[in-house]
Amino acid sequence: MTMFSASIWEESSMGILQVEGINVSYGLSKVLHNVSLKVGKGELVALVGRNGVGKSTTMRAIMGITPSSSGQILWKNRPITKRASHLNARDGLGYVPEERRVFGSLTVWENLDVARRPPREGLEPWTEERVFALFPDLEHFLTRPAGLLSGGQQQMLTIARTLMGNPELILLDEPSEGVAPLIVAQIGKKIRELRDTGVSIIMAEQNLDFVLNLSDRCYVLEKGMIVYHGTAAELRDNEEVQNRYLHI
Amino acid sequence: MFANPMILFIQVMNSFSLAMNLFIIAAGLTLIFGVLRIVNFAHGAFYMVGAYLALSILGVTGNSNLGFVLGVLGAGAAMGAMAFVVERVLLSQLYDKEHMLQLLFTFALVLVIKDVVKMIWGSGQYSISAPPFLRGAVNLGISPYPKYALFLCIAGPIIAVAIWFFMERTRWGRILRAAREDRVMLNALGTDVKLVYSGVFVAGAALAAMGGALAAPRSAVDPGMDALVIIDAFIIVIIGGLGSLLGSFIGALILGFLTVMGSIYLQEWAIVASYVMMVVILLVRPWGLFGKPDEERH
Repeated sequence: MTMFSASIWEESSMGILQVEGINVSYGLSKVLHNVSLKVGKGELVALVGRNGVGKSTTMRAIMGITPSSSGQILWKNRPITKRASHLNARDGLGYVPEERRVFGSLTVWENLDVARRPPREGLEPWTEERVFALFPDLEHFLTRPAGLLSGGQQQMLTIARTLMGNPELILLDEPSEGVAPLIVAQIGKKIRELRDTGVSIIMAEQNLDFVLNLSDRCYVLEKGMIVYHGTAAELRDNEEVQNRYLHI
Repeated sequence: MFANPMILFIQVMNSFSLAMNLFIIAAGLTLIFGVLRIVNFAHGAFYMVGAYLALSILGVTGNSNLGFVLGVLGAGAAMGAMAFVVERVLLSQLYDKEHMLQLLFTFALVLVIKDVVKMIWGSGQYSISAPPFLRGAVNLGISPYPKYALFLCIAGPIIAVAIWFFMERTRWGRILRAAREDRVMLNALGTDVKLVYSGVFVAGAALAAMGGALAAPRSAVDPGMDALVIIDAFIIVIIGGLGSLLGSFIGALILGFLTVMGSIYLQEWAIVASYVMMVVILLVRPWGLFGKPDEERH
């Protein structure tokens, strides 16, 4: 039932991240089956699928939060499969969780400060000024506890916080979840701006329009397996895949 | 008795002095609970070890001013080093396990430490005299007052402000507060949370030991000194709110005043007074004066 579309990944271009056949179980239940994917430098790749198909688990496995039991994860051609998440973060992986896990009792500035990491070679370093240029709203709430921000502002803060670590790859888990439609459009714009800075992005999403507007390539997940892989344009035209795996 | 301002003044000072001594211990307990979510029964034992370590250090240096400083700092450093080994080798194995195992572990530590203390120092009672520069009394205008008790009155707030400054105004403090809220997220942002846990446990243990060393000149050093203080420390952090530093400070003041004033003005009711106070506070605010209702933690 796998319907890999040909020609979209040129074998010559090496991925910055390669996930090769990872499996993840929670206790006795297996939630990821043989998931493989690649992300190229500067690419925006989306993981799409309905609720509970393993998008977040894939993100957590890559980040090292929920380790995979088998398979391999390569970051810049070096295996990081079982590496702890703080080492992954220091090595350029930036994780933006779902449900906006800001440190609620810390102020906006403190949230940013806690995540601050040294600049990375070849990338323009993220400073508070640069973060506020991208998310001007946050600058007005510097001294406010993050828990008192609106949902959309908290979502911006989780992204800004991760940027302070100067990531080369950002794992964005459901950035549009639980955010008002107007704010979703804003967040989409910010994600595009981010991609234009040259950073690579993997984004897990249920919102298909959002994904098709932003991403270069898409992986469709169903019951912990990758069932389709194609460019955003190909997925847009493939109503069969959309009907089978994505529409409710 | 209220009419006599001199007695009242001395009792107020005594209350404050006791409160500050208790605060130093409770601060470590609440710090460890706040970040590691472990109720450390061994905290009283760390306090006791601190007093004995100071005793031994003073045995070497002689009871000089320098010896006193070395005794307090040395007790903190040595206890901290031992706590580091205990945390890395043993306690860290239990973070992912159920809370009951962590409780049993810290309780086992109490038993082991008590016996080790008896093996090394015997079960007799020792006393330490105050260092030369803190002996005798100083005239405070209303009444003369023992210098050492006054010293505790001053040291307590200084330590409180130092901890507050560290927690609220330094990056390490911000990291500790973030670890208190969501350690998985903090780890994913590049902080080695295991190291943070070690650091907090070591700092808490060192605070307890320094508290013990500081308490030694005003009480006896014996193998039972941990039991009394751990109960007081638990009352303080529970009424103040588990994990809240300000709560511990206020809780220590309440308990300190209740203990000293109670023994004079309530006489035989003094013993129950602190428990009645705890019950009343917990009935009104089950999460303590400055705690927060249990929230979801990752």
